[in-house]
Amino acid sequence: MGSSTTGLKQFRLKLPATAEDIARLEPGMIVYLDGIVYTAREGAYKRVLEDGVALPDGLTELSNANFHCSPAAAPDTDGSYRVGGVTATASFRFSKWMPQWLERTGTKIVIGKGGMARDDYVNILVPHGAVYLTTVGYGTGALLGRGIRAVHAVHWLEELGIAQAMWMFKVENFGPFIVDSDLQGNSLFATHGDRVNQRLEALYEGLRPPALHRYGETDDRRKEVM
Amino acid sequence: MIDDDRIEEAAYQIMCKAAIDIPDDYLQGIKGMIDLETGDLSAFVLKSMVDNWEAATEDRRPMCADTGLPRYYVKVGDKARLTEGFVALERALRAATARATHEVPLRPNRVHPLWRTEHNNNVGLNAPEVEWSFEPDVDWIDITTVHKGGLFGSDYRMLFPGDGINGIKRFFLDTLIAFGKRGLACQPAIVGVGVGGSKDTCMQLGKQAACLRVVGDPNPDPKIAELEAELKELGNNIGMGPMGFVGSSMVVDCHIEAGFTHTGGMPVSVHTFCLSSRRATARIHADGSIEYRTDPRWFTPYMRRETIGWEAPQPASSSFA
Repeated sequence: MGSSTTGLKQFRLKLPATAEDIARLEPGMIVYLDGIVYTAREGAYKRVLEDGVALPDGLTELSNANFHCSPAAAPDTDGSYRVGGVTATASFRFSKWMPQWLERTGTKIVIGKGGMARDDYVNILVPHGAVYLTTVGYGTGALLGRGIRAVHAVHWLEELGIAQAMWMFKVENFGPFIVDSDLQGNSLFATHGDRVNQRLEALYEGLRPPALHRYGETDDRRKEVM
Repeated sequence: MIDDDRIEEAAYQIMCKAAIDIPDDYLQGIKGMIDLETGDLSAFVLKSMVDNWEAATEDRRPMCADTGLPRYYVKVGDKARLTEGFVALERALRAATARATHEVPLRPNRVHPLWRTEHNNNVGLNAPEVEWSFEPDVDWIDITTVHKGGLFGSDYRMLFPGDGINGIKRFFLDTLIAFGKRGLACQPAIVGVGVGGSKDTCMQLGKQAACLRVVGDPNPDPKIAELEAELKELGNNIGMGPMGFVGSSMVVDCHIEAGFTHTGGMPVSVHTFCLSSRRATARIHADGSIEYRTDPRWFTPYMRRETIGWEAPQPASSSFA
């Protein structure tokens, strides 16, 4: 663990991550990864959890880090792949698949964009000993692209397409990522969100609601829009 | 006469440039924000973005792997002549999109909205979009591409004259905060606001304001320019920075475009471009030569005319007139 010029703590994490290393991660820490990271999002989740397709052999031994991402990648003539940039996609949309997915794969590190809904940390990640890392920006696609040394394997490319396929990347000094949540379920997004919220009331002072409301703005379906 | 192979070449090159090279106006805007940013995490994020843009240009790789929904804005000079026709021009734009998708590479984001099927080349049903405008008295064609993400950061609302400027401010805050939390809007960004028009024009104007005007380019109407400055300050005063962290960097610049609207309404749209603000423009001259730039120069005096006919504005009188 080191300290950068920005004053934020930095950590180089080896994958698959050990329980000890995961326990050392604190919200707000900057992390770089070495090892194998795999991508999976709605396409892969549906395929395994809803259509009953088996997980690729050896996934759980190879990697316990699930990146919510689609690479900008293209097949080369020699059968390998050129990966240009890598950036995360918003994770909250995958919440409904995460409990089963963590259970099935033994994934301990979820990497994505924007974190999860507040309750998900305590209800989904903490019981599985998992933490959330967020990409920076978003996104530092070129820096992350540099950290990918090779495509270790790609699964379901034909069935799901480039964006939804499961890519397994061999990575080195892959980052930066920011630790969002820890094993207690504390979340950086939640604490910063709370601090931002404190100012909002003053910000809206004197700004009346518009004359025309929107049906569905509340769950009360009897409400009219005027 | 402009050949369609020159158009295809220009369109391919701007696809590459937009994905890889950060426009200088936006880079300078972000560097200015870093100096003012007091949140430590927010400042770290902005500095990382600058590192990322340098890496992208050095390695010739996309700044962001979500290369958005690549699309075009074409401005045709009134005196420009094509060797073939506009159908060939549209074919050239589609061909360049498919080639760039494979060669840059861009992410093949475009899928059928219902069946999720795709051609893996960002071309398909109504894709890429091509929007047209015209320019009097010139013989060139300008082609601009914009790569903007398609999920978060934009909203539309029908307001009414009684809601007033305060109504616009409130909706502006609503949109920035709704999508700014956790950084879904990929802020800080150039924020475009469309006011007026019909619903679709309102969306179009706001999006074009965000994507086709550079940092430091105020609306020529001084009162609108004043509102732009006010909204920018309002956004940066929310107390939120990149990724929704505590900070002061939300709006790199705010651009408003207006259109005559229904007498009873005041439709408003708000659009945030992103932290990579990907745009590039090519001008194809009548002799086939191509010039590249990052300022689309989309909103010309002709575009913003209020009159029936068009006469070029007289240049301001100079000291020796």
